Amino acid sequence: MSDAPPLIAFEHVCKNFDSVRAVDDVSLTVAAGEFLAIVGSSGSGKTTLLRLANRLIVPDHGTVRIGGEDVATTDPIALRRRIGYVFQSGGLFPHMTVADNIGITPRLLRWPTADIAARVDELMGLVRLDDQAHRGRLPHELSGGQRQRVGVARALAAKPRIVLMDEPFGALDPLTRTALGEDYRALHDRLGLTTVMITHDMTEAVLLADRIAVMRGGRILAHGTPAELMQSGDAYVGELLQTPRRQAERLQALLPRDAAT
Amino acid sequence: MNIWSDPRWADALAHLPDYLGNHIRVSLTALALGLLVSLPLALIARHRPALRGALLGFASVVQTVPGLALLALFYPLLLALAALSAQWLGINFSAFGFLPAVLALALYSMLPVLRNAITGLQGIDGSILEAAQGVGMTPRQSLVMVELPLALPVIMAGIRTAAVWVIGTATLSTPIGQTSLGNYIFAGLQTQNWVFVLFGCITAAVLALLVDQLLALIEAGLRNRNRVRTAIGVAGVVALVIATLTPSLSRSQQSYVVGAKTFTEQYILASLIAQRLQAAGLPATERTGLGSNVIFDALVAGNIDVYIDYSGTLWANQLHHSDIKPRAALLADLKTELTQRRVTLLGELGFENAYALVMPRKRADTLGIRSIADLATQAGSMSIAGDYEFFSRPEWRSIRAAYGLNFRQQRQMQPDFMYAAVASGEVDVIAGYTSDGLIAKYDLVVLDDPKQAIPPYDAVVLLSPKRAEDAKLRHALQPLLGAIDIKTMREANLRASGNDAVSSAADVAKWLWNKIQKP
Repeated sequence: MSDAPPLIAFEHVCKNFDSVRAVDDVSLTVAAGEFLAIVGSSGSGKTTLLRLANRLIVPDHGTVRIGGEDVATTDPIALRRRIGYVFQSGGLFPHMTVADNIGITPRLLRWPTADIAARVDELMGLVRLDDQAHRGRLPHELSGGQRQRVGVARALAAKPRIVLMDEPFGALDPLTRTALGEDYRALHDRLGLTTVMITHDMTEAVLLADRIAVMRGGRILAHGTPAELMQSGDAYVGELLQTPRRQAERLQALLPRDAAT
Repeated sequence: MNIWSDPRWADALAHLPDYLGNHIRVSLTALALGLLVSLPLALIARHRPALRGALLGFASVVQTVPGLALLALFYPLLLALAALSAQWLGINFSAFGFLPAVLALALYSMLPVLRNAITGLQGIDGSILEAAQGVGMTPRQSLVMVELPLALPVIMAGIRTAAVWVIGTATLSTPIGQTSLGNYIFAGLQTQNWVFVLFGCITAAVLALLVDQLLALIEAGLRNRNRVRTAIGVAGVVALVIATLTPSLSRSQQSYVVGAKTFTEQYILASLIAQRLQAAGLPATERTGLGSNVIFDALVAGNIDVYIDYSGTLWANQLHHSDIKPRAALLADLKTELTQRRVTLLGELGFENAYALVMPRKRADTLGIRSIADLATQAGSMSIAGDYEFFSRPEWRSIRAAYGLNFRQQRQMQPDFMYAAVASGEVDVIAGYTSDGLIAKYDLVVLDDPKQAIPPYDAVVLLSPKRAEDAKLRHALQPLLGAIDIKTMREANLRASGNDAVSSAADVAKWLWNKIQKP
């Protein structure tokens, strides 16, 4: 944990939808350069929390700060263009080519066309969509993994410091999922990003994130490094952590290291 | 004879630039106006369920109004508006023809456009809208860059449906004074010129298909970002518009406009008048197929200059009298009252086209029926057919009251089919017209009216206010006054009802002129 001021801060944030309390008095900070995973089952309020960060949703109570600035007083459009967002299953615009999808936020920011084209090339390299033929393709012509790579490239296009990811790899097959997760973590480190990723998969969270927050019923039950979470007395947190541990033990037993050589 | 060598094809073709041009002009203007209103409405309504329901409900109700009725309703509405506008704003506009047709057709185009635009915009996946917001689009950018492009195929399908509907329905704008491809159909139906009917239908269908395909081309071009396709489609529509402007620009505004209602006799007489004017060196055009109530107002407003009407019709329909007067008294009163409306009654042509009860001669003889009084005793077991307005007219009430008539059954029919129906025994009696040539053709007899319950219907020439003092016009029409007797008119009408090459209104008008010159 660093002592630098948090880049993202939730302060006693509440959000109700009709009579359902989606986010219930959450306080949470994310330091610059940190990779935070928010883990919870569906309906735990994790997606709502993520959307509060770029003002896709406005809180009923409490304050959300980005770089110390209250988002309630920030222009939401400019805010969203400053923050990358990776949607569940891509959220690509089906009528736009790969290049147009990736270049959309720079285009909204009125970058010169040549700069956008150069940035798209650079990003396609970064997310390892190396084949230039992909540039002119439409999203439906890509595989699920390729689509999600485009989603990541789009989120990074306008050089954001912060990236929000909503179950980005959830719909992919395990191999693609691991490859993409590792590729993204490498990008996070290389570009000095601050990432908040939502997932329901504790294994993924443990493997990728620096810190994990566990959410249930709109509240944060525990947060910290995987090691710190182990210290939490909460039964639900313990249950969630059992899964990767058990998987690891079984894998250890089934695939012993010496047998491979 | 080969059907394609029929000279009526050439005749139909000669009218094509005028009819088609007007048809395209009125349809495309109506479509453009409809889009201009419907698309913004759809955008406003898409997030407002109450407004959306109200709009779609309104558009659906409009759609259930038959096209002809919708067009006909706009005429009196605009007439009242025009009067108000002239009175309060000092601005005069014509409630005749183009304007009511465009407004009614635009209204007609609204349902498919509204419904498809709203459905198309609503059908977009919510996650895509969130993505648009998430990447930092403003609501307007989301609409232009994401929602409209994604809804485009559905919206264009609506526009194409609207285009086909409008082009088809525009054929019904003929009776309210807008020249269209409907002129072929209305004239053809009345004069039994099936070549005209067929020609009108085919041209309207081809035009609808053409516009539909051009719109499809534009749609495909927009969707695939193919500028060439879009450009070809747009160029096609622009070319259509330009092509329609040419005839209207070259047309002389000074020419005399001769009006005609929607039946054979009117087409012949309008042709005759136009030919006489042209012979006198006066340029003349015809506006045929006008509704019976539209035509008089159009004359008063100066949209047409001259037409033939009938004394009894004017008395009851235009001047709203319900009493029935003897012939001479009625004509005198009519003249006075028309003058108050600044309409000139130039004179009578010499024949009457009155309603008359008509039945087959043989049947009448067998039953011993010579007059309506004889008929009254046997009417209880008989059926009668009349045209669409007869049974709501004062003369029907008058006949029934005078003779105590009570038929077993009462039917409405297209006038041309009435005569065949009575001749074949389908109905027993019809309310026909005294000048109709079919009376002789089917060997029918006109029943006497001893109590004079049927008012007189002298054919009279009417001039518009602005032509009241036009000596040249009066001089050119003078030879027609008192020159056409009932027998001649019947024969002319019979000739025109034939389904052959020399039965066009223009040909019969020439025959009629020759006939009345050498009595």
